[in-house]
Amino acid sequence: MSTYAQKRGFGATLWDYLTTVDHKKIAILYFIAGGFFFVLGGIEAMIIRIQLAIPNNDFVSAGFYNEILTMHGTTMIFLAAMPLLFGFMNAIMPLQIGARDVAFPFVNALGFWLFFFGGTFLNLSWFLGGAPDAGWTSYASLSLASEGHGIDFYVLGLQISGFGTLMGGINFLVTIINMRAPGMTYMRMPLFTWTTFVASSLILFAFPPLTVSIFMLMFDRLFGSNFFVTAAGGNTIIWEHFFWIFGHPEVYILILPAFGIFSEIIPVFARKRLFGYSSMVFATVLIGFLGFMVWAHHMFTVGLGPIANAIFAVATMAIAVPTGIKIFNWLFTAWGGSVSFTTPMHYALAFIPSFLMGGVTGVMLAVAAADYQYHDTYFVVAHFHYVIVGGVVFAVLGGLQFYWPKMFGTMLNETLGKITFWLFFAGFHLTFFIQHFLGLWGMPRRIYTFLPGQGYELSNLVSTIGALLMAVATVVLVINIIITVKKNERIGNDPWGDGRTLEWAIPSPAPFYNFKQLPLVRGLDPYWIEKMEGKKGMTPAEPLGDIHMPNSSIIPFIMSFGLFVSAFGVMYRLDYAWGLPVLIIGLVITFGSMLARSLKDDHGFHIHKEDLIDDDNEKGVKA
Amino acid sequence: MAMKWLSKWRLLSLFTMLAFVLSGCGLPHLSTLQPAGEVAQTQYDLMVLSTAIMVGVIVVVTVIFLIVLFRFRRKDDKIPKQVEGSHKLEIIWTVIPILLLLVLAVPTVKATFDLADVEAMDQKNEEGKTDALVVNVRANLYWWEFEYPNEEIVTSQELVVPTDEKVYFNLKASDVKHSFWIPAVGGKMDTNTDNVNKFWLEFDSAAADEAGELFYGKCAELCGPSHALMDFKVKTLPRDEFDQWVADMQDVKEPAVAQTPKAQQGQEIFNNSCIGCHAVTPANTTPEAARMAPNLTNFGERDYVAGLITMENNEENIKEWLRDPEKYKPANKMTGTYGELSEDELDALAEYLLGLKVQE
Repeated sequence: MSTYAQKRGFGATLWDYLTTVDHKKIAILYFIAGGFFFVLGGIEAMIIRIQLAIPNNDFVSAGFYNEILTMHGTTMIFLAAMPLLFGFMNAIMPLQIGARDVAFPFVNALGFWLFFFGGTFLNLSWFLGGAPDAGWTSYASLSLASEGHGIDFYVLGLQISGFGTLMGGINFLVTIINMRAPGMTYMRMPLFTWTTFVASSLILFAFPPLTVSIFMLMFDRLFGSNFFVTAAGGNTIIWEHFFWIFGHPEVYILILPAFGIFSEIIPVFARKRLFGYSSMVFATVLIGFLGFMVWAHHMFTVGLGPIANAIFAVATMAIAVPTGIKIFNWLFTAWGGSVSFTTPMHYALAFIPSFLMGGVTGVMLAVAAADYQYHDTYFVVAHFHYVIVGGVVFAVLGGLQFYWPKMFGTMLNETLGKITFWLFFAGFHLTFFIQHFLGLWGMPRRIYTFLPGQGYELSNLVSTIGALLMAVATVVLVINIIITVKKNERIGNDPWGDGRTLEWAIPSPAPFYNFKQLPLVRGLDPYWIEKMEGKKGMTPAEPLGDIHMPNSSIIPFIMSFGLFVSAFGVMYRLDYAWGLPVLIIGLVITFGSMLARSLKDDHGFHIHKEDLIDDDNEKGVKA
Repeated sequence: MAMKWLSKWRLLSLFTMLAFVLSGCGLPHLSTLQPAGEVAQTQYDLMVLSTAIMVGVIVVVTVIFLIVLFRFRRKDDKIPKQVEGSHKLEIIWTVIPILLLLVLAVPTVKATFDLADVEAMDQKNEEGKTDALVVNVRANLYWWEFEYPNEEIVTSQELVVPTDEKVYFNLKASDVKHSFWIPAVGGKMDTNTDNVNKFWLEFDSAAADEAGELFYGKCAELCGPSHALMDFKVKTLPRDEFDQWVADMQDVKEPAVAQTPKAQQGQEIFNNSCIGCHAVTPANTTPEAARMAPNLTNFGERDYVAGLITMENNEENIKEWLRDPEKYKPANKMTGTYGELSEDELDALAEYLLGLKVQE
């Protein structure tokens, strides 16, 4: 399909992407938008590090710094890490289970556009009177006291993008439950599919509390309710509970798919099946389950009392066990293997010690009594960056290099990839390792400056230099992508040579219908099984027949746009006379497009058998 | 001779080591790694225990990791044996971590309960007061108030405490959430807007001596633009000197009358422009809502202006602060509450404020 796209004009390509319901194109949209927000969040991170490079710096003002730190966290979590992982889930998961698309292609497109408009709305705050400034956690007393519309942008933007995330999660769940190819039992699913499945169930249970709490915050700020207003009998601690009941599973929503990506990369480049597959699956499910039992460890200093603190401390420690199981299983996958040091494998191997560092400091933080010292200091900043950068970002960068050929049919340059890796790896440890000590030496987090004479000068400077290296690494990555797109050297089905799972059995990029005939899955690593028996591709599970495909539609875009419009109305309702009409117009657009969607019968179309036979023989199942 | 040289050399290397370790531990009045009291010590011990266990885990993983990195590099095109897994290994790396965590969990739970033990705050004597020293901490946008309910006095920005005994704290915030933290003395606890939190700290005299009898305290919860600058200080005194300080404070019933003509001029300006928010008597009889700014009764004895370590308490810095508080604490509540002050008025105010002392 992408070859078709290149022959068309820009306008036609744009229209194609605005209306697409193809999971592979939606994945590309997620990568473009997520990549953009990743760079934006990175620039915000650089501003933070420049401001903290020297004591008493005045690179940015105190108020602006708070906006930057809030938007750095919010952007990186909601608008960069999650969408990028959703990109991988969309691009790879349906191929891994032998499906022709996700269960609800229309909803899939709607999910993306909701995220896109939510994220855009949130970032427009920069130009419309200031960004949110109460931290990504937006604790209620501060977020209610915050002046201007910053926090309103936060609640409305996240609400819109949150709907999208929830839809995406449900869609993936239904897809994995219903659309696996013949023979693809649950215990034959690749680990990335498993982690997508568990992360999606976490989304299903974790996002509603977030939606509810930001809904209440919105009502407190814009409609005069008193959920969190202490003076009127409200309670701010409830916000913290709500937020972390969402917020802690959110960490696992991010890290589990990252685990999944590494569980795909390591077996391929060690040429060995995943060690302890069933305990890996079990550990994933257990982490997902325990992830809901530990939220109050973010609140040890709130004053919940020793009983709650002790219970949550022990529950948190328990998570270390399944995570440890995973670490050892990855190591023993490579043990006895034939390890090839490609760029994706660099990330996968570097992930193990880096993430381990984040894991052990996590256990230290679980020690409630000691956490009173760590809490809200740079020790915590170091800890969660070790987990999220050392885990999620490494997975995104490694996964990008690994799956690029499957998504675009070309290979990213390995040398440039390794340069990116080494710069990023060195920069990452340089930035964050020293921050553990800054925290222990008494430096609180979220401070816009530090005064001289407290012993923080040198370490902060080191940290800033490290951040600079990561920025350079990202620039090299962008150059790599541009060069690769320009060169456009096409590659075959299985460019890494040792692909094990179904996605490597079909052409790169996959044809828009994915599988000409659904494949028959005979075990874990189905493509590897066929290859080891000397076959060139998968055995089909069905005769060649017509394929039913969904039609493209602009409705998801319009539906999301309506909410985007009405968000402005909600926010400016009290400031300007046009607020209320805009609110109504936006909702009319959204509900009108819903009505149009419901009334119009859209049965999709069929690709006829004859056209499939005519189609290039290299495509489809007979790879 | 040789022996002497050797012993000198050993001493030198010992000192170098010590200096290195100490610099790695941060400053004695600020670092959690130089515990200056029972609470910080308990927490430090837990840090050491958990770090030791975790370093053990890291060593095991690193060894396996390095073997994988070097021994299993691809040398030929052979396909390695496809191993499904190992029940024995799975059990090993499930059970051993559980045991390690149990070792950590028991002292964790014990310490969590110990540090939350504030029973002494409920034990009232016949006067209806506690025998233990209690301090009510009230956090406000960028300043701290310390009320001693038994002693019926109030001070601000510089907490004064006796050493070598448990001091109990009631913690709350009057505007948005803050968090009360004296890193060297013990972990933090949030000051909420909803409820009063209670905990205790103990200030060790030997460690306080090393820290120059002055610990740094910080706000640890994002509370607005000047969150970074919401520092306070903790002055430690032996019990008898503390009692003397309390008595001296209690003696101030009326605002002290300035001594020099310049200071008298300052007091006049103060009474016209400042006293609406800043009290200069320590009694805690005014309601909290009326205590809108730091109490300045003993301002002249405090070490820093506005709690900022860059602003030593002297005439020049007081004037700097009064000229433009916004420059030193962005978004503070004092900016704009008084008119422009002339150089002469600033001199007078500074002299008056520096003269606000309760002790000889």
